[in-house]
Amino acid sequence: MARVIVDVMPKPEILDPQGKAVTGALARLGFAGLSVRQGKRFEIEVEGDLTEERLDQIRHAAETILANTVIEAFDVRVDE
Amino acid sequence: MTARIGVVTFPGTLDDVDAVRAVRLSGAEPVALWHGSDDLSGVDAVILPGGFSYGDYLRCGAIARFSPVMDEVIRKANEGMPVLGICNGFQVLCEAHLLPGALIRNDRRTFICRDQRLRVESRDTVWTCDFVDGDEIVIALKNGEGNYQADAETIARLEGENQVIFRYLDGNPNGSVNDIAGITNARGNVVGLMPHPEHNVDPLAGASIDGLRIFSGVQRFLSAVTA
Repeated sequence: MARVIVDVMPKPEILDPQGKAVTGALARLGFAGLSVRQGKRFEIEVEGDLTEERLDQIRHAAETILANTVIEAFDVRVDE
Repeated sequence: MTARIGVVTFPGTLDDVDAVRAVRLSGAEPVALWHGSDDLSGVDAVILPGGFSYGDYLRCGAIARFSPVMDEVIRKANEGMPVLGICNGFQVLCEAHLLPGALIRNDRRTFICRDQRLRVESRDTVWTCDFVDGDEIVIALKNGEGNYQADAETIARLEGENQVIFRYLDGNPNGSVNDIAGITNARGNVVGLMPHPEHNVDPLAGASIDGLRIFSGVQRFLSAVTA
C-alpha cells in the first residue's frame, strides 16, 4: 500500500513555544548549539493506486485540516 | 419576547453548563445544542463555550470546526446571526475562518488562570453594545493556548476597522499581538475572546459581574432588530 507523508511546521515568523522548550531542555542536558522547531508528521496509508489525482486530494486534505495555513506550512510527499 | 440562546457542547467542552447558567441569569432562555446535530433548534444566537474539544488533538478547535453543528453555525453566522466564541470557542471560530488569525501556545508556556483586567475597545458589535468604549472590566482568563497571532496585514485591518474589541491590561499574559484578547468580524455579529465572561455573572462566584453585559448586550441587540 502506498504511503504519503505530510509534514507540518510552524511558519518561520510564528513563535514556536514547544520548540523553544525542547531547545532549552537540550541545552540543559549538555547538547550545546542545537536550536529546535517542532512540527508534526502524518503518515497516510492510501488504498488503491497513488495517482496524481489522489495526491491532489491529499494536498487538499492537508490544507483543509492537517495544517492551519495561517500559522503553519505543510509539505506532501510520497514515501518511497 | 425572551431571546433563545444556544450553547453548543462538543466532546471535551467544559464550560457549557456555566454558559447556560450565564444565559439564564442574564434573562434569556438557554438552549443546549449538540455537536453531532445540524439542528440549531431555531435559536436567536449561538455560544461556542470553552474547554478542550476533542482533547485539543491536532490543533485547538481544528476537529470541532468540522462537526455537523458547525456547518449550520457557519451558515447562520454568514447570514448575520450573533455568534460568540469563548476561549476554545474562539479557537473554533478561527479554525472555521469566521474570524481571522489563529491562537497558538502561550509564549511563556504556562497555563494561565487569573482574574484579568481588560479594556473594552469597541461596543460596536452585537455582543458588546452594553459596554462603553474604554470601559475597564475584570474577566476570568484561563488558557494554555491564548496567544493570538495573525499576519501584519490582518492586524492592521483589525486595528483600522475597529475589530479589536477587548485588550489585555496590566501586561500581556500570553504573547498575543497588540495585547489582543478579543476580536470581531467585519459585520460585528461574530465575536471571539479568550477570557470567560460566563464566569463573571455572579458576585458570589467571580471577581466581578462584568461578564453579564455580554449576555445582556446580545439580548438588547436582538430585541432591537425584532422590534
